[in-house]
Amino acid sequence: MVTATAARERAWDAAAAVTDPELPMLTLADLGILRRVEIEDDGTAAVWITPTYSGCPALAEMRADVDRAVRAAGFDRVRVRTELSPPWTTDWITPRGRRKLAEHGVSPPGPAPRREPGPVPLTLLPTRTVPRCPRCGAQDTEELSRFGATSCKSLHRCRSCLEPFEHVKEI
Amino acid sequence: MSGDHIYDVLAQEHGGDGRWAFGTGFTDALAGVDTTLPEGVDGQDLALYCQMLGDDALVQAQRLIGWVTDAPELEEEVALANIALDLLGQARSLLARAGQADGSGRDEDAFAYRRGPAEFRNVHLAEAPRGDFARAVLTLLVLSSARLAVFTRLAHSRDPVLSAVAAKAVNELAYHREYAVAWTLRLGDGTPYSHERAAAAVADVWPLTGELFAACPVEERLAAQGVGVDPAAARQEVHEVLTQVLTAATLDAPGPFPDPVVAGREGRHTAELAPLLEEMQSVARAHPEATW
Repeated sequence: MVTATAARERAWDAAAAVTDPELPMLTLADLGILRRVEIEDDGTAAVWITPTYSGCPALAEMRADVDRAVRAAGFDRVRVRTELSPPWTTDWITPRGRRKLAEHGVSPPGPAPRREPGPVPLTLLPTRTVPRCPRCGAQDTEELSRFGATSCKSLHRCRSCLEPFEHVKEI
Repeated sequence: MSGDHIYDVLAQEHGGDGRWAFGTGFTDALAGVDTTLPEGVDGQDLALYCQMLGDDALVQAQRLIGWVTDAPELEEEVALANIALDLLGQARSLLARAGQADGSGRDEDAFAYRRGPAEFRNVHLAEAPRGDFARAVLTLLVLSSARLAVFTRLAHSRDPVLSAVAAKAVNELAYHREYAVAWTLRLGDGTPYSHERAAAAVADVWPLTGELFAACPVEERLAAQGVGVDPAAARQEVHEVLTQVLTAATLDAPGPFPDPVVAGREGRHTAELAPLLEEMQSVARAHPEATW
Protein backbone atom coordinates (compact mmCIF):
# COMPACT_ATOMS: atom_id res chain seq x y z
CA MET A 1 0.00 0.00 0.00
CA VAL A 2 2.87 2.32 0.77
CA THR A 3 4.10 1.83 -2.77
CA ALA A 4 0.64 2.49 -4.22
CA THR A 5 0.34 5.72 -2.25
CA ALA A 6 3.81 6.79 -3.31
CA ALA A 7 2.96 6.05 -6.94
CA ARG A 8 -0.25 8.02 -6.67
CA GLU A 9 1.65 10.98 -5.23
CA ARG A 10 4.26 10.78 -7.96
CA ALA A 11 1.55 10.82 -10.66
CA TRP A 12 -0.29 13.64 -8.86
CA ASP A 13 2.84 15.76 -8.59
CA ALA A 14 3.61 15.29 -12.29
CA ALA A 15 0.06 16.23 -13.35
CA ALA A 16 -0.16 19.09 -10.87
CA ALA A 17 2.98 20.74 -12.26
CA VAL A 18 1.59 20.98 -15.84
CA THR A 19 0.94 24.59 -16.79
CA ASP A 20 -2.04 26.16 -18.54
CA PRO A 21 -1.08 26.96 -22.16
CA GLU A 22 -2.97 30.28 -22.01
CA LEU A 23 -2.01 31.30 -18.45
CA PRO A 24 1.49 29.78 -18.30
CA MET A 25 2.19 31.22 -14.84
CA LEU A 26 -0.45 28.86 -13.42
CA THR A 27 -0.25 25.11 -12.92
CA LEU A 28 -3.29 22.87 -13.17
CA ALA A 29 -3.19 22.59 -9.38
CA ASP A 30 -3.19 26.40 -9.02
CA LEU A 31 -6.21 26.58 -11.34
CA GLY A 32 -8.09 23.92 -9.42
CA ILE A 33 -8.85 21.87 -12.51
CA LEU A 34 -6.94 18.75 -11.40
CA ARG A 35 -9.66 16.75 -9.65
CA ARG A 36 -8.09 13.45 -8.62
CA VAL A 37 -5.49 10.84 -9.50
CA GLU A 38 -5.81 7.10 -8.98
CA ILE A 39 -3.56 4.16 -9.75
CA GLU A 40 -5.63 1.31 -11.18
CA ASP A 41 -4.95 -2.39 -10.57
CA ASP A 42 -3.02 -2.78 -13.81
CA GLY A 43 -0.77 0.16 -12.95
CA THR A 44 -2.58 2.70 -15.17
CA ALA A 45 -2.38 6.22 -13.82
CA ALA A 46 -5.89 7.69 -14.16
CA VAL A 47 -6.07 11.48 -13.97
CA TRP A 48 -9.34 13.44 -13.84
CA ILE A 49 -9.39 17.05 -14.97
CA THR A 50 -12.29 19.43 -15.49
CA PRO A 51 -12.86 22.01 -18.24
CA THR A 52 -13.02 25.68 -17.26
CA TYR A 53 -15.39 26.86 -20.02
CA SER A 54 -17.40 24.45 -22.21
CA GLY A 55 -15.56 25.58 -25.32
CA CYS A 56 -12.11 26.06 -23.77
CA PRO A 57 -9.75 25.13 -26.60
CA ALA A 58 -6.89 24.69 -24.12
CA LEU A 59 -8.44 21.54 -22.64
CA ALA A 60 -7.11 19.22 -25.36
CA GLU A 61 -3.66 20.77 -24.92
CA MET A 62 -3.78 20.27 -21.18
CA ARG A 63 -4.83 16.66 -21.55
CA ALA A 64 -1.96 16.00 -23.95
CA ASP A 65 0.47 17.75 -21.57
CA VAL A 66 -0.79 15.76 -18.56
CA ASP A 67 -0.44 12.55 -20.54
CA ARG A 68 3.15 13.40 -21.42
CA ALA A 69 4.13 14.60 -17.92
CA VAL A 70 2.74 11.52 -16.16
CA ARG A 71 4.43 9.21 -18.67
CA ALA A 72 7.68 11.04 -18.04
CA ALA A 73 7.20 10.36 -14.32
CA GLY A 74 7.48 6.64 -15.07
CA PHE A 75 3.96 5.49 -15.92
CA ASP A 76 3.59 3.45 -19.09
CA ARG A 77 -0.17 3.61 -19.07
CA VAL A 78 -1.94 6.91 -18.52
CA ARG A 79 -5.61 7.73 -18.91
CA VAL A 80 -6.70 11.37 -18.78
CA ARG A 81 -10.41 11.69 -18.07
CA THR A 82 -12.84 14.57 -18.10
CA GLU A 83 -15.02 15.26 -15.09
CA LEU A 84 -17.91 17.63 -15.76
CA SER A 85 -19.68 17.75 -12.43
CA PRO A 86 -19.68 19.83 -10.30
CA PRO A 87 -18.78 22.60 -12.79
CA TRP A 88 -15.48 24.42 -12.33
CA THR A 89 -15.65 27.81 -10.68
CA THR A 90 -12.98 30.46 -10.28
CA ASP A 91 -13.41 29.99 -6.52
CA TRP A 92 -11.23 26.90 -6.98
CA ILE A 93 -8.18 28.94 -8.02
CA THR A 94 -5.83 28.58 -5.07
CA PRO A 95 -4.39 31.51 -3.06
CA ARG A 96 -1.01 30.72 -4.62
CA GLY A 97 -2.60 30.86 -8.10
CA ARG A 98 -4.22 34.22 -7.32
CA ARG A 99 -0.92 35.61 -6.09
CA LYS A 100 0.86 34.44 -9.24
CA LEU A 101 -1.81 35.98 -11.49
CA ALA A 102 -1.41 39.35 -9.75
CA GLU A 103 2.38 39.12 -9.96
CA HIS A 104 2.05 38.69 -13.72
CA GLY A 105 -0.22 41.69 -14.13
CA VAL A 106 -3.49 39.73 -14.40
CA SER A 107 -6.15 40.70 -11.88
CA PRO A 108 -7.38 37.59 -10.00
CA PRO A 109 -11.13 36.88 -9.82
CA GLY A 110 -13.32 37.96 -6.91
CA PRO A 111 -15.90 35.58 -5.40
CA ALA A 112 -18.00 33.79 -8.03
CA PRO A 113 -21.55 35.19 -8.39
CA ARG A 114 -24.38 33.17 -6.90
CA ARG A 115 -27.19 32.94 -9.40
CA GLU A 116 -30.62 33.55 -7.99
CA PRO A 117 -33.74 33.66 -10.12
CA GLY A 118 -35.25 37.13 -10.31
CA PRO A 119 -34.97 40.39 -12.19
CA VAL A 120 -32.23 40.86 -14.77
CA PRO A 121 -29.55 43.39 -13.80
CA LEU A 122 -30.34 46.36 -16.06
CA THR A 123 -27.22 48.41 -15.87
CA LEU A 124 -24.62 49.35 -18.44
CA LEU A 125 -22.01 49.49 -15.73
CA PRO A 126 -20.16 46.34 -14.72
CA THR A 127 -22.52 44.25 -12.62
CA ARG A 128 -19.68 42.36 -10.96
CA THR A 129 -16.85 43.21 -8.62
CA VAL A 130 -14.72 46.12 -9.84
CA PRO A 131 -11.20 44.70 -9.96
CA ARG A 132 -8.22 46.46 -8.42
CA CYS A 133 -5.34 47.43 -10.74
CA PRO A 134 -2.76 44.61 -10.49
CA ARG A 135 0.07 47.09 -11.25
CA CYS A 136 -0.49 50.05 -8.95
CA GLY A 137 -3.21 48.67 -6.69
CA ALA A 138 -5.68 51.49 -7.40
CA GLN A 139 -9.37 50.72 -7.05
CA ASP A 140 -10.37 53.27 -9.71
CA THR A 141 -10.58 51.04 -12.79
CA GLU A 142 -12.99 50.72 -15.71
CA GLU A 143 -14.16 47.79 -17.79
CA LEU A 144 -13.20 48.09 -21.46
CA SER A 145 -14.68 44.83 -22.64
CA ARG A 146 -16.30 41.94 -20.82
CA PHE A 147 -14.79 39.53 -23.32
CA GLY A 148 -11.02 39.40 -23.72
CA ALA A 149 -8.36 37.45 -25.56
CA THR A 150 -9.50 34.17 -23.96
CA SER A 151 -12.88 32.98 -22.65
CA CYS A 152 -11.77 33.35 -19.05
CA LYS A 153 -10.61 36.98 -19.12
CA SER A 154 -12.10 40.47 -19.49
CA LEU A 155 -10.27 43.68 -20.40
CA HIS A 156 -9.92 46.69 -18.05
CA ARG A 157 -8.03 49.95 -17.64
CA CYS A 158 -6.69 51.63 -14.52
CA ARG A 159 -7.78 55.27 -14.29
CA SER A 160 -4.91 55.97 -11.92
CA CYS A 161 -1.83 54.59 -13.71
CA LEU A 162 -3.71 54.43 -17.08
CA GLU A 163 -2.38 50.93 -17.82
CA PRO A 164 -4.73 48.39 -19.41
CA PHE A 165 -4.91 45.00 -17.70
CA GLU A 166 -6.70 41.67 -17.91
CA HIS A 167 -8.97 40.25 -15.24
CA VAL A 168 -9.95 36.62 -14.74
CA LYS A 169 -13.76 36.69 -14.84
CA GLU A 170 -15.70 35.35 -11.90
CA ILE A 171 -17.67 32.30 -12.98
CA MET B 1 -4.74 8.86 -25.78
CA SER B 2 -2.53 5.82 -25.89
CA GLY B 3 0.40 5.02 -28.14
CA ASP B 4 -1.85 3.47 -30.75
CA HIS B 5 -2.96 6.87 -32.03
CA ILE B 6 -0.75 7.74 -34.95
CA TYR B 7 -0.68 11.45 -34.11
CA ASP B 8 0.39 10.74 -30.53
CA VAL B 9 3.31 8.74 -31.82
CA LEU B 10 4.23 11.49 -34.27
CA ALA B 11 3.86 14.17 -31.61
CA GLN B 12 6.07 12.26 -29.21
CA GLU B 13 8.69 11.69 -31.88
CA HIS B 14 8.69 15.35 -32.71
CA GLY B 15 9.02 16.41 -29.12
CA GLY B 16 6.41 18.44 -27.31
CA ASP B 17 5.70 20.82 -30.16
CA GLY B 18 4.74 18.16 -32.67
CA ARG B 19 1.16 18.46 -31.49
CA TRP B 20 0.85 21.81 -33.22
CA ALA B 21 1.31 20.07 -36.53
CA PHE B 22 -0.34 16.74 -35.80
CA GLY B 23 -3.09 17.53 -33.29
CA THR B 24 -3.31 16.35 -29.74
CA GLY B 25 -5.25 13.14 -30.36
CA PHE B 26 -7.79 14.29 -27.77
CA THR B 27 -10.99 14.94 -29.62
CA ASP B 28 -13.79 13.41 -27.54
CA ALA B 29 -15.51 16.11 -25.50
CA LEU B 30 -16.82 13.47 -23.09
CA ALA B 31 -13.72 11.25 -22.78
CA GLY B 32 -13.83 9.34 -19.53
CA VAL B 33 -17.22 10.67 -18.44
CA ASP B 34 -19.63 8.04 -17.10
CA THR B 35 -22.07 7.64 -19.96
CA THR B 36 -24.55 5.06 -18.65
CA LEU B 37 -28.14 5.83 -19.61
CA PRO B 38 -30.52 6.58 -16.74
CA GLU B 39 -33.01 3.83 -15.84
CA GLY B 40 -36.03 3.56 -18.13
CA VAL B 41 -34.92 6.18 -20.66
CA ASP B 42 -35.19 5.48 -24.37
CA GLY B 43 -31.78 6.00 -25.97
CA GLN B 44 -33.26 7.20 -29.27
CA ASP B 45 -35.34 9.83 -27.48
CA LEU B 46 -32.35 11.02 -25.48
CA ALA B 47 -30.20 11.19 -28.61
CA LEU B 48 -32.78 13.30 -30.45
CA TYR B 49 -33.15 15.60 -27.44
CA CYS B 50 -29.37 16.09 -27.23
CA GLN B 51 -29.38 16.96 -30.93
CA MET B 52 -32.12 19.56 -30.39
CA LEU B 53 -30.18 21.35 -27.67
CA GLY B 54 -26.84 20.78 -29.39
CA ASP B 55 -28.06 21.98 -32.80
CA ASP B 56 -29.51 25.19 -31.30
CA ALA B 57 -26.02 25.96 -29.99
CA LEU B 58 -24.10 24.79 -33.06
CA VAL B 59 -26.21 26.71 -35.58
CA GLN B 60 -26.31 29.85 -33.42
CA ALA B 61 -22.52 29.65 -33.04
CA GLN B 62 -22.10 29.41 -36.81
CA ARG B 63 -24.29 32.51 -37.28
CA LEU B 64 -22.31 34.44 -34.66
CA ILE B 65 -18.99 33.51 -36.23
CA GLY B 66 -20.18 35.44 -39.31
CA TRP B 67 -19.45 38.61 -37.32
CA VAL B 68 -15.74 37.88 -37.08
CA THR B 69 -13.91 40.54 -39.14
CA ASP B 70 -17.27 42.28 -39.64
CA ALA B 71 -18.45 43.65 -36.26
CA PRO B 72 -18.77 47.39 -35.54
CA GLU B 73 -15.86 47.34 -33.05
CA LEU B 74 -13.05 44.91 -32.34
CA GLU B 75 -14.36 44.42 -28.78
CA GLU B 76 -17.77 43.30 -30.07
CA GLU B 77 -16.16 40.95 -32.54
CA VAL B 78 -14.17 39.35 -29.72
CA ALA B 79 -17.27 39.18 -27.54
CA LEU B 80 -19.42 37.51 -30.22
CA ALA B 81 -16.63 35.07 -31.07
CA ASN B 82 -16.25 34.17 -27.37
CA ILE B 83 -19.99 33.61 -27.05
CA ALA B 84 -19.90 31.42 -30.16
CA LEU B 85 -17.02 29.44 -28.65
CA ASP B 86 -18.98 28.75 -25.46
CA LEU B 87 -21.96 27.59 -27.52
CA LEU B 88 -19.72 25.41 -29.67
CA GLY B 89 -18.38 23.79 -26.49
CA GLN B 90 -21.92 23.09 -25.30
CA ALA B 91 -22.80 21.64 -28.72
CA ARG B 92 -19.76 19.33 -28.71
CA SER B 93 -20.70 17.71 -25.40
CA LEU B 94 -24.37 17.39 -26.35
CA LEU B 95 -23.69 15.89 -29.79
CA ALA B 96 -21.13 13.47 -28.32
CA ARG B 97 -23.83 12.44 -25.83
CA ALA B 98 -26.28 11.91 -28.71
CA GLY B 99 -23.89 9.46 -30.37
CA GLN B 100 -23.58 7.45 -27.16
CA ALA B 101 -27.28 7.49 -26.36
CA ASP B 102 -28.48 6.15 -29.72
CA GLY B 103 -25.90 3.38 -29.68
CA SER B 104 -24.43 4.48 -33.02
CA GLY B 105 -21.15 5.60 -31.48
CA ARG B 106 -21.09 8.57 -33.89
CA ASP B 107 -18.78 11.35 -32.74
CA GLU B 108 -19.49 15.07 -32.68
CA ASP B 109 -18.01 15.53 -36.18
CA ALA B 110 -20.42 12.97 -37.63
CA PHE B 111 -23.33 15.03 -36.31
CA ALA B 112 -21.90 18.42 -37.26
CA TYR B 113 -20.55 17.58 -40.71
CA ARG B 114 -22.46 14.59 -41.99
CA ARG B 115 -26.10 15.50 -41.58
CA GLY B 116 -28.33 17.38 -44.01
CA PRO B 117 -30.77 20.18 -43.12
CA ALA B 118 -33.73 17.83 -42.50
CA GLU B 119 -31.71 16.03 -39.81
CA PHE B 120 -30.96 19.22 -37.89
CA ARG B 121 -33.24 19.87 -34.90
CA ASN B 122 -32.55 23.52 -34.09
CA VAL B 123 -35.24 26.20 -33.76
CA HIS B 124 -35.71 28.66 -36.63
CA LEU B 125 -34.46 31.66 -34.66
CA ALA B 126 -30.98 30.07 -34.49
CA GLU B 127 -30.75 29.82 -38.29
CA ALA B 128 -32.47 33.16 -39.09
CA PRO B 129 -30.46 35.57 -41.28
CA ARG B 130 -27.73 37.48 -39.51
CA GLY B 131 -29.13 40.95 -40.24
CA ASP B 132 -27.57 44.06 -38.67
CA PHE B 133 -25.88 44.36 -35.27
CA ALA B 134 -29.17 45.28 -33.57
CA ARG B 135 -30.71 42.10 -34.86
CA ALA B 136 -27.73 40.07 -33.64
CA VAL B 137 -28.15 41.62 -30.18
CA LEU B 138 -31.92 41.02 -30.03
CA THR B 139 -31.53 37.45 -31.31
CA LEU B 140 -28.89 36.81 -28.65
CA LEU B 141 -31.11 38.37 -25.99
CA VAL B 142 -34.01 36.06 -26.82
CA LEU B 143 -31.98 32.88 -27.36
CA SER B 144 -29.78 33.30 -24.28
CA SER B 145 -32.78 34.12 -22.07
CA ALA B 146 -34.71 31.07 -23.28
CA ARG B 147 -31.70 28.75 -23.10
CA LEU B 148 -30.78 30.00 -19.64
CA ALA B 149 -34.31 29.32 -18.37
CA VAL B 150 -34.36 25.81 -19.86
CA PHE B 151 -30.81 24.90 -18.77
CA THR B 152 -31.40 26.13 -15.21
CA ARG B 153 -34.10 23.45 -15.02
CA LEU B 154 -32.04 20.91 -16.98
CA ALA B 155 -29.29 21.10 -14.35
CA HIS B 156 -31.60 18.86 -12.27
CA SER B 157 -31.96 16.25 -15.04
CA ARG B 158 -31.78 12.57 -14.11
CA ASP B 159 -29.27 12.15 -16.93
CA PRO B 160 -25.87 12.83 -15.36
CA VAL B 161 -24.33 14.13 -18.59
CA LEU B 162 -27.21 16.51 -19.40
CA SER B 163 -27.27 17.83 -15.84
CA ALA B 164 -23.49 18.40 -15.82
CA VAL B 165 -23.46 20.09 -19.24
CA ALA B 166 -26.40 22.29 -18.23
CA ALA B 167 -24.94 23.28 -14.84
CA LYS B 168 -21.77 24.40 -16.57
CA ALA B 169 -23.59 26.16 -19.42
CA VAL B 170 -25.79 28.19 -17.05
CA ASN B 171 -22.82 30.31 -15.92
CA GLU B 172 -21.85 30.99 -19.53
CA LEU B 173 -25.40 31.78 -20.67
CA ALA B 174 -25.80 34.31 -17.86
CA TYR B 175 -22.76 36.14 -19.28
CA HIS B 176 -24.21 36.01 -22.79
CA ARG B 177 -27.49 37.45 -21.60
CA GLU B 178 -25.73 40.22 -19.67
CA TYR B 179 -23.90 41.21 -22.83
CA ALA B 180 -27.14 41.24 -24.85
CA VAL B 181 -28.97 43.21 -22.14
CA ALA B 182 -26.27 45.90 -22.05
CA TRP B 183 -26.42 46.38 -25.83
CA THR B 184 -30.24 46.29 -25.94
CA LEU B 185 -30.27 49.16 -23.42
CA ARG B 186 -27.63 51.13 -25.35
CA LEU B 187 -29.31 50.72 -28.72
CA GLY B 188 -32.91 51.07 -27.57
CA ASP B 189 -32.31 54.03 -25.29
CA GLY B 190 -29.52 55.55 -27.41
CA THR B 191 -30.03 57.85 -30.40
CA PRO B 192 -33.29 58.05 -32.39
CA TYR B 193 -31.50 56.14 -35.16
CA SER B 194 -30.24 53.32 -32.91
CA HIS B 195 -33.72 53.13 -31.37
CA GLU B 196 -35.28 52.75 -34.81
CA ARG B 197 -32.88 49.94 -35.77
CA ALA B 198 -33.40 48.17 -32.43
CA ALA B 199 -37.21 48.45 -32.78
CA ALA B 200 -36.96 46.95 -36.27
CA ALA B 201 -34.89 44.10 -34.85
CA VAL B 202 -37.55 43.38 -32.20
CA ALA B 203 -40.18 43.30 -34.95
CA ASP B 204 -38.05 40.84 -36.98
CA VAL B 205 -37.20 38.54 -34.09
CA TRP B 206 -40.51 38.40 -32.23
CA PRO B 207 -42.47 36.28 -34.78
CA LEU B 208 -39.83 33.53 -34.30
CA THR B 209 -40.16 33.34 -30.49
CA GLY B 210 -43.26 31.11 -30.31
CA GLU B 211 -41.35 28.02 -31.43
CA LEU B 212 -38.93 28.32 -28.50
CA PHE B 213 -41.69 27.24 -26.13
CA ALA B 214 -43.29 24.53 -28.26
CA ALA B 215 -42.66 21.03 -26.91
CA CYS B 216 -42.37 18.21 -29.44
CA PRO B 217 -43.35 14.66 -28.33
CA VAL B 218 -39.71 13.72 -27.52
CA GLU B 219 -39.38 16.72 -25.20
CA GLU B 220 -42.72 15.91 -23.56
CA ARG B 221 -41.76 12.28 -22.95
CA LEU B 222 -38.34 13.12 -21.52
CA ALA B 223 -39.75 15.93 -19.38
CA ALA B 224 -42.27 13.47 -17.89
CA GLN B 225 -39.35 11.18 -17.02
CA GLY B 226 -37.36 13.91 -15.29
CA VAL B 227 -34.66 13.84 -17.98
CA GLY B 228 -35.65 16.72 -20.25
CA VAL B 229 -37.36 20.07 -19.78
CA ASP B 230 -40.72 21.06 -21.26
CA PRO B 231 -39.86 24.47 -22.76
CA ALA B 232 -43.45 25.61 -22.13
CA ALA B 233 -42.55 25.65 -18.43
CA ALA B 234 -40.05 28.45 -19.11
CA ARG B 235 -42.41 30.52 -21.26
CA GLN B 236 -43.75 32.90 -18.64
CA GLU B 237 -40.38 33.45 -16.96
CA VAL B 238 -38.72 34.31 -20.29
CA HIS B 239 -41.57 36.62 -21.25
CA GLU B 240 -41.16 38.54 -17.99
CA VAL B 241 -37.39 38.85 -18.54
CA LEU B 242 -37.78 40.12 -22.11
CA THR B 243 -40.60 42.54 -21.22
CA GLN B 244 -38.50 43.96 -18.39
CA VAL B 245 -35.43 44.45 -20.61
CA LEU B 246 -37.31 45.87 -23.61
CA THR B 247 -39.29 48.29 -21.43
CA ALA B 248 -36.11 49.54 -19.77
CA ALA B 249 -34.62 50.01 -23.25
CA THR B 250 -37.68 52.17 -24.21
CA LEU B 251 -38.64 49.56 -26.80
CA ASP B 252 -42.26 48.48 -26.97
CA ALA B 253 -42.62 44.92 -25.78
CA PRO B 254 -44.77 43.33 -28.49
CA GLY B 255 -47.26 41.56 -26.19
CA PRO B 256 -47.53 37.79 -25.78
CA PHE B 257 -45.31 35.32 -27.64
CA PRO B 258 -46.84 33.96 -30.87
CA ASP B 259 -48.50 30.54 -30.62
CA PRO B 260 -46.05 27.69 -30.06
CA VAL B 261 -45.63 25.65 -33.25
CA VAL B 262 -43.13 22.78 -33.54
CA ALA B 263 -41.02 23.03 -36.73
CA GLY B 264 -37.22 22.85 -36.46
CA ARG B 265 -37.40 20.25 -33.67
CA GLU B 266 -38.91 17.88 -36.25
CA GLY B 267 -36.49 18.77 -39.03
CA ARG B 268 -38.65 21.35 -40.86
CA HIS B 269 -36.50 24.38 -41.57
CA THR B 270 -36.44 27.66 -43.43
CA ALA B 271 -34.44 28.09 -46.62
CA GLU B 272 -31.72 29.78 -44.54
CA LEU B 273 -30.35 26.58 -42.99
CA ALA B 274 -29.03 24.81 -46.12
CA PRO B 275 -26.56 27.57 -47.14
CA LEU B 276 -25.43 27.94 -43.50
CA LEU B 277 -24.65 24.20 -43.35
CA GLU B 278 -23.05 24.26 -46.77
CA GLU B 279 -20.51 26.78 -45.51
CA MET B 280 -20.01 25.06 -42.16
CA GLN B 281 -19.54 21.65 -43.78
CA SER B 282 -17.59 22.73 -46.87
CA VAL B 283 -14.16 21.51 -45.73
CA ALA B 284 -15.54 18.23 -44.41
CA ARG B 285 -17.42 17.69 -47.70
CA ALA B 286 -14.38 18.48 -49.84
CA HIS B 287 -12.04 16.31 -47.76
CA PRO B 288 -14.19 13.55 -46.24
CA GLU B 289 -11.14 11.58 -45.06
CA ALA B 290 -9.46 14.50 -43.32
CA THR B 291 -8.91 14.45 -39.57
CA TRP B 292 -8.05 17.34 -37.30
